[in-house]
Amino acid sequence: MTTSLIGARVPRKEDYRFLTGAGQYTDDVALAGQTYAAFVRSPHAHANIRRVSTDKAKRAPGVIAVYTGADLAAAKVGGLPCGWLITDVKGQPMKEPPYPVLAQGKVRHVGERVAVVVAESAAQARDAAELVEVDYQPLPAVASAAKARSSGAIHEIAPDNVCYVWALGDKSAVDAAFAKAAHVTKLEFVNNRLIPNAIEPRAVNAVYSRADDSTTLYVASQNPHVERLLMTAFVLGLPENKVRVVAPDVGGGFGSKIYLYAEDVACTWAARQLARPVKWTADRSEAFLSDAHGRDHLTVAELALDKDGKFLAMRVRTTANLGAYLSTFASCIPTILYATLLAGQYTTPVIYCEVTAVFTNTTPVDAYRGAGRPEATYVVERLVETAAREMKVEPAELRRKNFIRQFPYQTPVALCYDTGNYEATLEAAMKIADVAGFKDRREQSLRRGKLRGLGYACYIEACGIAPSNVAGSLGARAGLYEAGEVRVHPTGTVTVFTGSHAHGQGHETTFAQVVADRLGLGMEQVDIVHGDTSKILFGMGTYGSRSIAVGGTAIVKALDKVIAKGKKIAAHLLEASEGDIEYDKGVFKVAGTDKKKTFGEVAFAAYVPHNYPLDKLEPGLNENAFYDPTNFTFPAGSYVCEVEVDRETGATQIVGFTAVDDFGRVINPMIVEGQVHGGLAQGIGQALTEGCAYDDTGQLITGSLADYCIPRANDLPLFKLDMRETPCTHNPLGVKGCGEAGAIGAPAAVMNAITDALGVKDVPMPATAQNVWRAMHRA
Amino acid sequence: MHAFQYHRPTSSKEAIGLAGQKAEGRYLAGGQSLVQAMKLRLSSPSDLIDLGTIKELAGVKVSGSAVEIGAMTRHAEVAASAEVKRAIPSLAAMAGMIGDRQVRHMGTIGGSLANNDPAADYPAAVLALNATVTTNKRKIGADQYFKGLYETALEPSELITAVSFQVPKRGAYMKFKNPASRFALVGVFVADFGSGNVRVGVTGAGPSAFRQTEMEKALSAKFAPEAVAAIKVKPDGLNNDLHASPEYRAHLITVMCKRAVEQALK
Repeated sequence: MTTSLIGARVPRKEDYRFLTGAGQYTDDVALAGQTYAAFVRSPHAHANIRRVSTDKAKRAPGVIAVYTGADLAAAKVGGLPCGWLITDVKGQPMKEPPYPVLAQGKVRHVGERVAVVVAESAAQARDAAELVEVDYQPLPAVASAAKARSSGAIHEIAPDNVCYVWALGDKSAVDAAFAKAAHVTKLEFVNNRLIPNAIEPRAVNAVYSRADDSTTLYVASQNPHVERLLMTAFVLGLPENKVRVVAPDVGGGFGSKIYLYAEDVACTWAARQLARPVKWTADRSEAFLSDAHGRDHLTVAELALDKDGKFLAMRVRTTANLGAYLSTFASCIPTILYATLLAGQYTTPVIYCEVTAVFTNTTPVDAYRGAGRPEATYVVERLVETAAREMKVEPAELRRKNFIRQFPYQTPVALCYDTGNYEATLEAAMKIADVAGFKDRREQSLRRGKLRGLGYACYIEACGIAPSNVAGSLGARAGLYEAGEVRVHPTGTVTVFTGSHAHGQGHETTFAQVVADRLGLGMEQVDIVHGDTSKILFGMGTYGSRSIAVGGTAIVKALDKVIAKGKKIAAHLLEASEGDIEYDKGVFKVAGTDKKKTFGEVAFAAYVPHNYPLDKLEPGLNENAFYDPTNFTFPAGSYVCEVEVDRETGATQIVGFTAVDDFGRVINPMIVEGQVHGGLAQGIGQALTEGCAYDDTGQLITGSLADYCIPRANDLPLFKLDMRETPCTHNPLGVKGCGEAGAIGAPAAVMNAITDALGVKDVPMPATAQNVWRAMHRA
Repeated sequence: MHAFQYHRPTSSKEAIGLAGQKAEGRYLAGGQSLVQAMKLRLSSPSDLIDLGTIKELAGVKVSGSAVEIGAMTRHAEVAASAEVKRAIPSLAAMAGMIGDRQVRHMGTIGGSLANNDPAADYPAAVLALNATVTTNKRKIGADQYFKGLYETALEPSELITAVSFQVPKRGAYMKFKNPASRFALVGVFVADFGSGNVRVGVTGAGPSAFRQTEMEKALSAKFAPEAVAAIKVKPDGLNNDLHASPEYRAHLITVMCKRAVEQALK
């Protein structure tokens, strides 16, 4: 190898497989004796179940079994656990109501599982599911966070529907700062609920082997080891060594496939009862009702400034809708991943945030691309832009006046930023977006009857989740390290096993670049394996833009061990002292001489140890490492959005979008740009088109793609992207993570542009033509 | 989807005969709405009588002042038809705006009109272009055809065989799309037949497509955008859903009508 693979646009190894239909997804796994499950789901948002009758269903053609909540209770199957304990303002633990796999006497949201039918075919299972008779006694339901506290109790344990009231920051210091402020900007808004919609719906195929009493679960998951841990230790009580979880090719997740879902447990349990494989694949309608949703905050936010525009304090009150039950990581999203980001890129000295998390009769809410950080960025960047307009300061100037410029920087909301250069991304973004030419463009638009607006968002995110001891002190019930293993084969090719999981991110290419670069091998000599608990030593999976920063670092640590052992072997083969061996571009050399051994020769010697220091060194060349980060990473960037609004219809078109990101060191710019494109599309979707809606009885109105609008390619502009690299200071690759940035920064940039175009303070998201038209007519 | 019997007759006569025998049967005329409803188990016909291979039901005929389109002619064929483009370019353009590429290659004019989705595009054209719907039994005038939400003048097993549109002097269709489904949130078809005879068909806004007579009168007096720009449509009775209130729909009728006139004058 002559050139570095770090920073190279290497075409994806995955492309052949995915673009030619050779991927192997969970639904593609066909097993001998396969059976199919169908779930009976509640049509009511809130109801008591008087009786469930399965007689007719059991007699239907092809039906093998029908199970209800009573069967699972009799078998002592536990409820689904929550992985993060939040302690409230009074020092009390959050309310953790039981989350049954199949309903126990009551349903709490439309789509909740009441029974499961297992049959010889998927069609037979569905037909029979319609024959299960459930006698419901409907109860009053509540869907909105605003009304949750004044509505009837959804869970006995939480009579006011409050899961917790949690706070971060120095309230009295914040109140004092507000008292002496020259200007206060206040906004009240809803951060709209979103429905993830991965292209591959969730799927499960569970199989039990009587031969060795083992269970294998194929599942569309972002983190197979976590799924196994939760399922075995907390729900089914199975020994972990008897359960294998495989997450094969997975077609997108965006967070929605992190969690342990009831369908996974029900199919696994049923497969063990029947000793036959049980498969379930969600259809899109089920996905809308049962995949964890995202966002759904009701927020009042205030920013205090002095007369010169320096930020003095921020005060934020949020009501977060958690849905009917606590999904796996639901509790930490509107708290730990939200309030800690409210400093943004600024030196705001004091910040106070209070979060009331409530239960409602809606699908559970959990992490969705960005998870808490888009909500925080929206608060900060809408406040800053609004303050600038109110104080008649250029929004970019107000930001510059308050940028953090000294690192490391300890924020008032727990995080310590290791590095950053916010001026660099803002300057680049303004130049690329031609902010200077905006006034002329605005006038040209006006002449065509269009209102033009420009908005910024300067975001920060905390990625590379997470230092386990910090997470543990904040309530995490799991570690957040990552594991990697480097298996060198006798001929010098390498298989790398990672606990990270790829479901569209291109890890098989990016990670292989890291390995090939460090070992001086060709890309074709390296394979990356992920997604199988029987192959991977351990793993915490992929979410929170953590894979390269944490998973990649674990691999680097293992690679360093391989090289260290290789040097010992080479020293023996070259009859030199270990300290004189250098490793460079695939060759072990004795420093200052021409004596050398290739990586392949050393690997061969390790596996055919005829000439080998067996008295001092084990044969073989296989190393693993666990890596627990010492801090979060802090990707940041500046986005500039330009919109045109049709004055007659309110229709908004994005006519320019510039994103300049700082992800630290970039391994594969092509893949990173793809991640930014996808994130921006989802962020723009939140701003313009996507809004999950329930009616007052808890029925999901946006239950299909005919009503829930995911942006299409022609809704999006050609993005202008650039990057600045300020390497992370605490991992060896200098990487920060890039998966969520677009979704974090885009909504505020778009809404700042629309409010600029209209000259109004706020427009609710999604800014559909109707919402914009209404805002124009209010103004 | 529930199980059903599938039939593929080769003539209209055979199809109508089958429909008469199967009380719970349905004609399949492209299936862009019916098959979706069946997949969602909202519709469960016992029999599907696929009209797709009946040759006599497809094709375009232009004769003097009318364009006749066979019931099973796909939207894409109408959109691409040189004859339709020459005779009624606005109709070809409208067909090219229906759904997406896949839908346009399966969906048919007869299927669309028999279904009468409140947001379908063809009903606006049928009203504006004063079309005649021909069935195996009779001819139905545009103003007698649409009866309400998913309701038409068709009797059970009655089969649309063709639709005949009158050729206007000029016309245009403007559609404000539902962002999610891309159906018409409001679609307005304007047709000027000359001598003060203008017809305006509106779809998407109400339970079923309708004519906007106030605008017809104004445009008959003067076929110009400003003739309708100030007309305030009453929101009473218009559709109300997540995507548009009756007030917003009423407003969009005026804007889309104005833009259709602008387009027709180009």
